[in-house]
Amino acid sequence: MQPTSYGTTDRRLDATFAALADPTRRAILARLASGEASVTELAERFPMTQAAVSKHLKVLERAGLISRARDAQRRPSRIEGRPLAEATRWLERYRKVWEGNYERLDALLDELKTAKRKGGER
Amino acid sequence: MMANAAKLEITTPGDREIAMTRVFDAPRELVFDAWTKPELLTRWLGIHNGWTFAVCEVDLRVGGKFRFVWRGPDGNEMGMGGTYTEIVRPERLVSTERFDESWYPGEAVDTLVLTEKDGRTTSTLTMRLESKEARDVVLRSGMESGIEAGYARLDGLLGSQVRT
Repeated sequence: MQPTSYGTTDRRLDATFAALADPTRRAILARLASGEASVTELAERFPMTQAAVSKHLKVLERAGLISRARDAQRRPSRIEGRPLAEATRWLERYRKVWEGNYERLDALLDELKTAKRKGGER
Repeated sequence: MMANAAKLEITTPGDREIAMTRVFDAPRELVFDAWTKPELLTRWLGIHNGWTFAVCEVDLRVGGKFRFVWRGPDGNEMGMGGTYTEIVRPERLVSTERFDESWYPGEAVDTLVLTEKDGRTTSTLTMRLESKEARDVVLRSGMESGIEAGYARLDGLLGSQVRT
């Protein structure tokens, strides 16, 4: 297979994907997409302790997927769109590269089929 | 062109795997040839945005090696190679792969499976990563099913507020 961006490694992207691998964290992100929320509010919504929620938030924060207000007592979490957009773009590129490969292969196969029909055994 | 819209499906059948499935309107012998003959490979694999093959060598034997090098419009090169470990023409091709400047840790094993029905070939290319460290690649592909299955909503919501 082929890489989509030749030879580049992106640690931040890795962190993003690792953070997104967990269904609970994706659910938390989905919740935050509709507005910021505090640990208490998230713990009420998900069947988890506040400590467990905090742990997930730390992973999301390290991955740059959310930010948390420093000053306010509630320390509400807010979603950051950029890393997620980067992750989505990576996949789009990956898909695009292979769609391109296979479209060229379609054309080549058409040509081979025609040649085969005309010339018998190749 | 094909009458049907050929859709590329990307799935994650296992923890370390990424699979790509696509239907081609041709018998599988031709698809197999396209994957294993240099004069055909150089016409379709990885040649986009000005990238072309600089080296395309195939020693199609079990234990035989292949070597691909692409050259970009700016003269940059990207190389990869591997060893064929299983060859069952025209239905199955297994090889290892490793990039010179690796974009994932370790080596991967690629398995190409071709099935034919009514003159059309379903091609499934499965890439299996070697190590736990390589799982980021798997996770990247996992993201896709995540987005497509349940996170279209999240995606849509983010669309308007993404800061780039």
